[in-house]
Amino acid sequence: MNTITPSQYLPEAPQGRHFRAEKFDFWSFFFSGLTGLATLFILGILAVILTNILINGWSAISWHFVSTIPKKDFFDASTTGVLPMIVGTTIRVFVMTVFVIPVGVITAIYLTEYAPNTALVTRVIRAAVNNLAGVPSIVFGLFGLGFFINFVGKNMDALLHNPSAVWGQPALIWASLTLAVMTLPVVIVATEESLKAIPPGLREASLALGATKLETILRIVLPQALPGIMTGGILAVSRAAGEVAPILFTGVAYYMASLPSHLSDQFMDLGYHVFVLSTQSPNIEQTRPILYATVLVLLLLTFALNIVAIIIRARMRKKLRSLG
Amino acid sequence: MGIHRGHRARPLEWLAEKFIFLVSLSTILMVFLIFLFVAREALPIFLGQADTALVQKAISPDELDKLSPTRLQQYLDLTPQQFAAMDKETLKSLMELKQDAQNEIPEKFRNDPDARANTTDWHYLLLPHQWSGYDKPEYIWQPVGQIQKYNIIPLLVGTLKVTLIGLLFAVPLAVGAAIYVSQLASPRVREIVKPTIELLSGIPSVVVGFFALLIMATVLQKIFGYQTRLNAFVAGCALGFAVIPVIFSIAEDALTSVPSAYTQAALALGASRWQTAWQIVLPAALPGVFAAAVLGFGRAIGETMIVLMVCSASVMSWSIFDSARSITTTIAAEMAEAVSGGPHYRILFMLGALLFAATFVSNMIGGVVIQRFKLKLEGKR
Repeated sequence: MNTITPSQYLPEAPQGRHFRAEKFDFWSFFFSGLTGLATLFILGILAVILTNILINGWSAISWHFVSTIPKKDFFDASTTGVLPMIVGTTIRVFVMTVFVIPVGVITAIYLTEYAPNTALVTRVIRAAVNNLAGVPSIVFGLFGLGFFINFVGKNMDALLHNPSAVWGQPALIWASLTLAVMTLPVVIVATEESLKAIPPGLREASLALGATKLETILRIVLPQALPGIMTGGILAVSRAAGEVAPILFTGVAYYMASLPSHLSDQFMDLGYHVFVLSTQSPNIEQTRPILYATVLVLLLLTFALNIVAIIIRARMRKKLRSLG
Repeated sequence: MGIHRGHRARPLEWLAEKFIFLVSLSTILMVFLIFLFVAREALPIFLGQADTALVQKAISPDELDKLSPTRLQQYLDLTPQQFAAMDKETLKSLMELKQDAQNEIPEKFRNDPDARANTTDWHYLLLPHQWSGYDKPEYIWQPVGQIQKYNIIPLLVGTLKVTLIGLLFAVPLAVGAAIYVSQLASPRVREIVKPTIELLSGIPSVVVGFFALLIMATVLQKIFGYQTRLNAFVAGCALGFAVIPVIFSIAEDALTSVPSAYTQAALALGASRWQTAWQIVLPAALPGVFAAAVLGFGRAIGETMIVLMVCSASVMSWSIFDSARSITTTIAAEMAEAVSGGPHYRILFMLGALLFAATFVSNMIGGVVIQRFKLKLEGKR
């Protein structure tokens, strides 16, 4: 690069570091080092976890493993597979996004574009979003059982005159809806952030040209916010894909011989399978390779999504910086 | 903005606006429904309607007509819908069944005072009780068997034990890292470290639990040399690791939002970077750091899978090297075997309601503290 740095044309200019305190302060050095060590320690454990899983999982994973439907005894390392778990996790997460994205995006639009900032309703909605984000995942599981299965499902069965319980039992749709309620704040917060980052000039220009508020939102604001909405969706998906507690009573099955084919079916799940393999195995040494492989598949699924979200967000920030 | 001409000028626009508003109310509805339906299933416990007494006074089926409908419904453990759907013959045969069941109770229990007690009564839930066969009053959670013991104190102690260990481990590390990343690190280091620590929150809790179970438990046992391999200490450390990203991002946010004029003034007066961070920035951001710890507490108390995988025996002990069973674990492990609508099921929902209340309160405190902190900083600017 042939740009001129300040030191080249101002050789005599004092550098910033010359102004620093001359005296070496031991305690400053000591405590700065301590906080640095804390940071290193966290990063270190993260690195240990990831490399441990990557190394052990990589040697155990195979195409046969990810494409096989296991027999009843899935602890046997040579014949087992995780296809139904991958399918189950993917479907439950997909069904969840169908519900959570529209509701989350519309709520975020209301909060940023329409809501009067000081009104009581706005404050209550914001408090509700915050609280929803902090509710423990197991409580969502109880809610799914108490509301979706025992209330909505049982009443649906009664209305449809089903002879046996079809909807009033754990099912794919109830697990997905429970997860949708759980990830609602994730989508709302991410969408809101991206809507707020859009320069008000764009909206004003559109309004000045005679577009209505709704047209402005649909044609100008939303297309600009799309990367942010996608980030929110991806973060919600990656959060939901790894969650086990909310689906324990709302739809997950210990074993199923076939893939789920209907919204009222139960399903097998990767995270739950990790739990089963690591706590209920008759011989932990024998199941260790398949356990590592299953964890690796789960991590790849959630992590890949997370990294994609981080990249999209970084690009979006850069783009917006150049815009405004 | 714009000229408002009322909803007659643009009916579609007006409808769309109302629709958006209604949809956004769904979050309030959800919080309300969660509270309503978790509490609804637990209501009989709060009202003292559930009865677990094994030995009850049997009523002869001939007295069917003398009983009031509500008394009969309670006696036969029926829901109002079930009761309404039954004719007299069914009720009579149910009463006969009940009488037979009472007659078949082994002699051993018939003379046991505990078998006549309703163990869902609040002083069985909270106070120690001397069960027959024990030599002193004890806190016992033992929901299976002929006489079900539902003392929730061991679960509360287990929860607190694991959560506090987790926080003791997580708060210093996360706050230290937050100070380093926001105040001391160079911008380039910050840009790498911050997203990496936040990536940690993307690790599913089953994976953290799995790692704690397989690797951490062994390593920690070698270091500290205690007896039981899986105990509250291991669970607490794993839990702490799971809440580090939560505490870190909130604390880091609070530290960064301290106006740079504070930092610059301190540095100009000759303070070192650390002195500035410790004596100027941290005190200014203290409410935010406190809120981070409170929100971390809310997250830790609600974490399920890690504790479920690492330890699950419900023993009443304050020792951190004993096993512990938290509230979340109990719900997750026992809901599958609890009979829907039975006392065990209702107690588990009651625990869920307690948990919901605890996190609700800690979230409220954390949220309010952060809001005040931000307002204060803005006011000072």
